Amino acid sequence: MDISFLLNGDSVVLRDISPTTTALDWLRETRGLTATKEGCNEGDCGACTVMVTDPDGTSRALNACILFLPQLDGRALRTVEGITGPDGALHPVQQAMIEHHGSQCGFCTPGFIAAMAVSHVNGETDHDTALAGNLCRCTGYAPIIRAAKAAEDAPVPDWMTSDRSFFLPEISAGGSSNQGFDEGGGKPPVGDTLQPRSTDALAIAYLANPEATLVAGATDVGLWVTKQMRDLGQVIFLNRCEDLNRITQDEDALSIGAGVTIARLIPLMDGAHPSFAAMLRRYGSAQVRAAATIGGNIANGSPIGDGPPALIALGATLHLRQGDTRRSMALEDFFLDYGKQDRRPGEFVESVTIPRQPDRLRCYKLSKRFDQDISAVCGCFNITVENGRVSAARIAFGGMAGTPKRAAAVEAALTGQPWDEATVTKAMQAFAQDYSPLSDMRASARYRLETAANMLRRYYLEDQGQRVAIMEVQP
Amino acid sequence: MSVAKPLPHDAAHLHVTGQARYVDDMPLPANTLHLAFGLSTIARGRIIAMDLAAVRAAPGVVMVLTAQDLPFANDVSPSAHDEPLLATGEVHYVGQPLFAVVAESHLAARHAAPLGRIDYAEETPILTIDEAMAADSRFEDGPRIYAKGDARTAIAAAPHRIEGRFEIGGQEHFYLEGQAALALPQEGGDMVVQSSTQHPTEVQHKVAEALGVPMHAVRVEIRRMGGGFGGKESQGNALAVACAVAASRTGRPCKMRYDRDDDMVITGKRHDFRIDYTVGFDDQGRVLGVEFMHYARCGWAQDLSLPVADRAMLHADNAYLLDHARIESHRLKTNTQSATAFRGFGGPQGMVGIERVMDHVAHHLGRDPLEVRRVNYYAEATPVSDRARGLSAPPVELRSTPPEDIAGKKKQTTPYGMEVEDFILHAMTDKLAQSGEYHRRRQAVADWNAANPVLKRGLALTPVKFGISFTLTHLNQAGALVHVYQDGSIHLNHGGTEMGQGLFQKVAQVAAARFGLDVSAVKITATDTGKVPNTSATAASSGSDLNGMAVKAACDTIRDRMAEHLAQLHQCAPAGVRFAEGEVCAGEARYSFAEAAQMAYAARVSLSATGFYATPKVEWDRIKGHGRPFFYFAYGVALTEVVIDTLTGENRILRADLLHDAGASLNPALDIGQIEGGYVQGAGWLTMEELVWDKAGRLRTHAPSTYKIPAISDRPAVFNVALWDGDNREDTIYRSKAVGEPPLMLGISALMALSDAIAACGPAYPALDAPATPERILAAVNRVRDGI
Repeated sequence: MDISFLLNGDSVVLRDISPTTTALDWLRETRGLTATKEGCNEGDCGACTVMVTDPDGTSRALNACILFLPQLDGRALRTVEGITGPDGALHPVQQAMIEHHGSQCGFCTPGFIAAMAVSHVNGETDHDTALAGNLCRCTGYAPIIRAAKAAEDAPVPDWMTSDRSFFLPEISAGGSSNQGFDEGGGKPPVGDTLQPRSTDALAIAYLANPEATLVAGATDVGLWVTKQMRDLGQVIFLNRCEDLNRITQDEDALSIGAGVTIARLIPLMDGAHPSFAAMLRRYGSAQVRAAATIGGNIANGSPIGDGPPALIALGATLHLRQGDTRRSMALEDFFLDYGKQDRRPGEFVESVTIPRQPDRLRCYKLSKRFDQDISAVCGCFNITVENGRVSAARIAFGGMAGTPKRAAAVEAALTGQPWDEATVTKAMQAFAQDYSPLSDMRASARYRLETAANMLRRYYLEDQGQRVAIMEVQP
Repeated sequence: MSVAKPLPHDAAHLHVTGQARYVDDMPLPANTLHLAFGLSTIARGRIIAMDLAAVRAAPGVVMVLTAQDLPFANDVSPSAHDEPLLATGEVHYVGQPLFAVVAESHLAARHAAPLGRIDYAEETPILTIDEAMAADSRFEDGPRIYAKGDARTAIAAAPHRIEGRFEIGGQEHFYLEGQAALALPQEGGDMVVQSSTQHPTEVQHKVAEALGVPMHAVRVEIRRMGGGFGGKESQGNALAVACAVAASRTGRPCKMRYDRDDDMVITGKRHDFRIDYTVGFDDQGRVLGVEFMHYARCGWAQDLSLPVADRAMLHADNAYLLDHARIESHRLKTNTQSATAFRGFGGPQGMVGIERVMDHVAHHLGRDPLEVRRVNYYAEATPVSDRARGLSAPPVELRSTPPEDIAGKKKQTTPYGMEVEDFILHAMTDKLAQSGEYHRRRQAVADWNAANPVLKRGLALTPVKFGISFTLTHLNQAGALVHVYQDGSIHLNHGGTEMGQGLFQKVAQVAAARFGLDVSAVKITATDTGKVPNTSATAASSGSDLNGMAVKAACDTIRDRMAEHLAQLHQCAPAGVRFAEGEVCAGEARYSFAEAAQMAYAARVSLSATGFYATPKVEWDRIKGHGRPFFYFAYGVALTEVVIDTLTGENRILRADLLHDAGASLNPALDIGQIEGGYVQGAGWLTMEELVWDKAGRLRTHAPSTYKIPAISDRPAVFNVALWDGDNREDTIYRSKAVGEPPLMLGISALMALSDAIAACGPAYPALDAPATPERILAAVNRVRDGI
């Protein structure tokens, strides 16, 4: 397939590329741009962070090691070579990192510079959140934070603003490879890498190629390639299906397109369900959230994804599409068994809707590390209390079963009961009926079961106004 | 003068612009080949057959090397010749290299490597400490024992006696730059190797043995590593040797870098330890006798495990005078990665053992742990007042009175018989307790805990006393090579390697100071076995101590020659020729340094010199465990406050106050960087970093997705770091102290603060193992509550 994008301000056209070549390998090995480093090759360390700007001017930090070249099509890519100004002028974050001794071995530094430059151009000052995906083993991070703060008020250098409005010539499709083959009843190609430009085109393409691998953000599929060394076969890239990214709201529900990234979901939830938003700020890292989509998080079917438990607790409905056929189901019904979802050949997740409701949701994510760690247990509680009694309870967990799963026995033990200590203590016993979790490198089964039950107590105590959040404790 | 200035890292500008080159960034000759290892999938057994047809047939594969294909030595061990590059039939752990794929690209090699079909006769692996003890699977003929006094009798006679068991996990280095090497074949069979290594001479040595050539035929170069932390002291040998052999066989350049998962599966980590202790003490908590049993899980090959375990024993006292102590150390051989050097080199494990004892004793007596620590401290050294720089003596009001029965009456010695002459922790502890408001905050924590049933806070102040010198005494030497060019610019080379610690800049500051120049006059160059031979690893925190002195010697040789020439010219004494502020003054004459260099050149004076340094005073017997293994001690104190959630075990470091002794710092900014970074790395080791092996011996935490080093928000929200203002009492380079490893152990205060917070939950002692993950913390909370 053919693609075009801007690289450090210059337009690049690539023809007949392998769809699973990573941006990192291409930069380092084909272009000789070695500032961007390979640290882990799985999107967990941030050493390969690059800046990617969309045609609408939105700049994001992404991990180049799990970014396939077709995902760059139509976008602007900037590496540390291009964050440094023409004639070697330093970007303010580079200058600040020198002045504040923010580099020691220097290997993570270009990734930090890229992530910091993205924050800088976006006026983002929550550095702990923005830099959670950049690991440094030398400095203890203190000087990096000092540098990031010091650079906040410096003006954005002019060479950084050129990516905010750019024009790329459309690549001629070269036959049928990419575009809107839905129009005029065109037949989709078979066995080729596809990059449909609309959800309708995607529906046609996937129906014709049900064995194809769908790639949205590639934060999971990327690892199939870089770590499992799998041949993905035919790939359909979703990143140019603009209408898959739609968010619509009415008085009854919020509808989120499958292509909406976790990063875009956060501000939506900030108002409606802030505890969900807070948990999503710990979902992967800024780099992962800027790529990962809610559709991928659901369709992937992982038992330890953080999106589904919260959505299930909110009573979300999933909308699937196969060709022109659409169907909907309660989200929890989609997850049949470990690795098995209720999804037919050629069928894909189109959107998920969340009913409007008063906010009673609390999301508790438990992991060894606070940021950018996969949950050992993810508990989401949505308990409605009327006149001192539990009138409704929706509770769902990740990490407790082979799928994201509701706690039916706990819900039953709560519903209709007085909202008090005795009910909570009794309901905590019911977790053992709902779940038989596994032991693995993240946690033992016993710990999972104990903390899942304790999370109900935490919910209750929090509701009573007790202090239960370590993040809110000030030094 | 350029020393003591807080200059940035010498490569800071190159780092931030991405121009700093690491091995993987070197432009490659067009015909370069790439290697990957095929790895064992079982922990123990024999290889019955290796079918590598599919590997050979894979796209891009040029050659597959097995043990039979190696022409000379098949050994990458830094110590006991027990570590074959490629397995010779026996398989010792999951991840052991069995064969090497040589291919046209890195990806082609990686794709081919898993295609080997290996038939094994599996045997039951020895994985745990208990299994190894049961099978008497160990290095050396039996345990090492160091003893002072009569611990057993003293414990039996003591008013109080407790015992305990403490499990301490290992630690993955997680250098951001994985292992990498590039071998470039030369004419006549010579080999040049670019290796990401802390020990170029070792790589040179192992490559020469593997190629069957003298060491002079191999040159190893390394400009910088992307982190080392001990993980590149011996673990880079395999890549360099494999590349050199393949390059020798094919005549083509060969490069190898481990994918992160391979890196974590193949290479060694910090030794995990079990420490059993029995301690007798009085009502004040003074330790009257203590016995330690150290069990170190060393993995399948000896590597550096003996000196690591020795150093653990040598730090079993930490800051405490123990009259009756016995330390018994078992170095256990297991079917896991060969545990290796890691910042602190066993010292942290030994030290956290006695800190656990102090914590336990204090809990038993219901005393403030800091009081118990203080009552056990070594006596303070009498201050040295006549220091030229006048920086050494702390303010008098901060100094505590040493215990009377010790001060000035008899020598105080460690359990290995070394006199402690430079102890400054009383003054340092006073200063930190004051600046960190220890006593006010202890009360505040108690009040807060009384009011909060779910969340509990904890506080701990712990000391560090860390011995500086290689315990393998002959390693305490270094060489340097300095050229002054006729334009006055300086080429600097020494045996130390740069892994981010700022060694090159500190040594350049020394060189510039000797010539009275700005550091910009000095060109720092890559470590190169062709320039300085027979180097020791850059390890044991020794880099600036050793190489700084060697460079000083080389610079002074050149300076003296220049001075002599100018003195002759101007009829003054050579000692009266001054080098300062970029000028050279002889009598009434003043020259720029460049003019002076040009004059010396024209007068046929040599402007190139080597320098050499050997650490004085160190001598000991590691079998008896007696003597002076260390030139001096480096000191530090840390005060950490944490909060835990008693429902889940989740926890945060809220605040850390650190005060660390770097002597008269060569570069305070770089030293503070080592302290901040060391603390976070040490706290990571003891809290969130958990290595998990399954029952088959497979490492389950082999990538950053499952092995969690601290991220940015894990640093203490309030992080106050200061340098202790005092000279080294020993004659080190500008009276500075080594600073690479000691600050890691400041992180012990985080573990002890967690123990303190858990202790607020009930009557029993937390007995918190490390790493203190949320799961371990919750289990300890339950134990404490239940009073078990």
